[in-house]
Amino acid sequence: MCLAIPAKIIKINGQLAIVDFQGAKKEINISIVDVKVGDYVMVHAGFAIEKMEKDNVKEINAYLKNGI
Amino acid sequence: MESKKIIKSIWEKAQKINRSLRFMELCGTHSESIAKHGIKNILPKNIKLITGPGCPVCVTDQSEIDIVTGLALAGIPIACYGDATNIPGSLGSLENARQNGAQVFIVYDVAEAIEISKKISNLVFWGIGFETTTSMTAWGIKNNLTVFSSHKLFPPAMEALMANKKIRVDGFINPGHVSAIIGTKVYEKFQIPQVIAGFGAEDVLLAIEMLLDQIISGEKKVENEYARLVKKEGNIKARKLISEVFEIRNASWRGLGEIKNSGLKIRKKYQHLDAEFIHRDLIAKIKKEIKPRKSICRCGEVLQGLIESKQCKLFGKSCTPDNPQGACMVSREGSCNIEYRFMSFP
Repeated sequence: MCLAIPAKIIKINGQLAIVDFQGAKKEINISIVDVKVGDYVMVHAGFAIEKMEKDNVKEINAYLKNGI
Repeated sequence: MESKKIIKSIWEKAQKINRSLRFMELCGTHSESIAKHGIKNILPKNIKLITGPGCPVCVTDQSEIDIVTGLALAGIPIACYGDATNIPGSLGSLENARQNGAQVFIVYDVAEAIEISKKISNLVFWGIGFETTTSMTAWGIKNNLTVFSSHKLFPPAMEALMANKKIRVDGFINPGHVSAIIGTKVYEKFQIPQVIAGFGAEDVLLAIEMLLDQIISGEKKVENEYARLVKKEGNIKARKLISEVFEIRNASWRGLGEIKNSGLKIRKKYQHLDAEFIHRDLIAKIKKEIKPRKSICRCGEVLQGLIESKQCKLFGKSCTPDNPQGACMVSREGSCNIEYRFMSFP
């Protein structure tokens, strides 16, 4: 149940945002996080549950590449 | 390459400690990662990883399964996450109910449940899970979704585990995404080595090494391996949403029994969206009719790390992922299901 996938925010529309999961785009809910376009978030069951720290973008990209 | 270094270091440190150690991973997704990457096989013999009560479907109490299945059989449309449809109860599973004509919808997220509720009246979303999914259900309720809450809080379960003298644990691998919501401070009260970890193989290995470091130095603290996501204060916005919609109550956990202040009830303010309140008469009737299901399934003991799945007589014989006899075999995060899929066979 805790499986979550990191994604990059590409467009924000109120409580919703379009995110990019390594090429696949999906609309998610961002009402429980404070984010802007370009931020990375962890997505779980259609919600961004937390913003990922920018300092770790390299680490996040490796994570995306290798999968969970 | 990094993994190799960590494994080497784990072996050196484990040798230094030179006694048997039991670490419990508290999240089902950790259990899956451990099995998928064969981590148990590469650890020194004195480190044993045991699975805890971190699979929400597995810890859902029998009575709640029966009530929701009873509601479905009485004609109330139910929406829930996929895992929940196959847990067998005394009235069968939700999937059995669906096969008998009940309306049961599997959804990926709360938004999908809201969409269905616009077309199908009386729809009830069965909210299962810990703090991570609870915040989403809270959002759903604020957006007019009717909910039956089986939501639970994680830290009280850790407290119950630690109070059980039969369970010996030397350290916990704490859940990653639950911690993203509740933060790290909440664990500080537990006098035991703990590491919050991410879900990759390296994350888990690093968490094991960090637990060993704490044991060597005699420390009992909470460390955060998953700092790329988990913040000390957690997700305040999500917690605010949860407490706005839910209030704390006692809850029954499979295997652990009733744990004080470990469950979440919908607040009176949202009573008109609380399936427990709306269908209270029907629920009372279902409760009267439920006869406890007799089974020798040992899921409750597996969930506490008291036995391994293989020690249950049903495991791999009459109980398989295609024909689960108990909750631990149903969910892909259940320890029996994981053991069946990844481990060598009896």
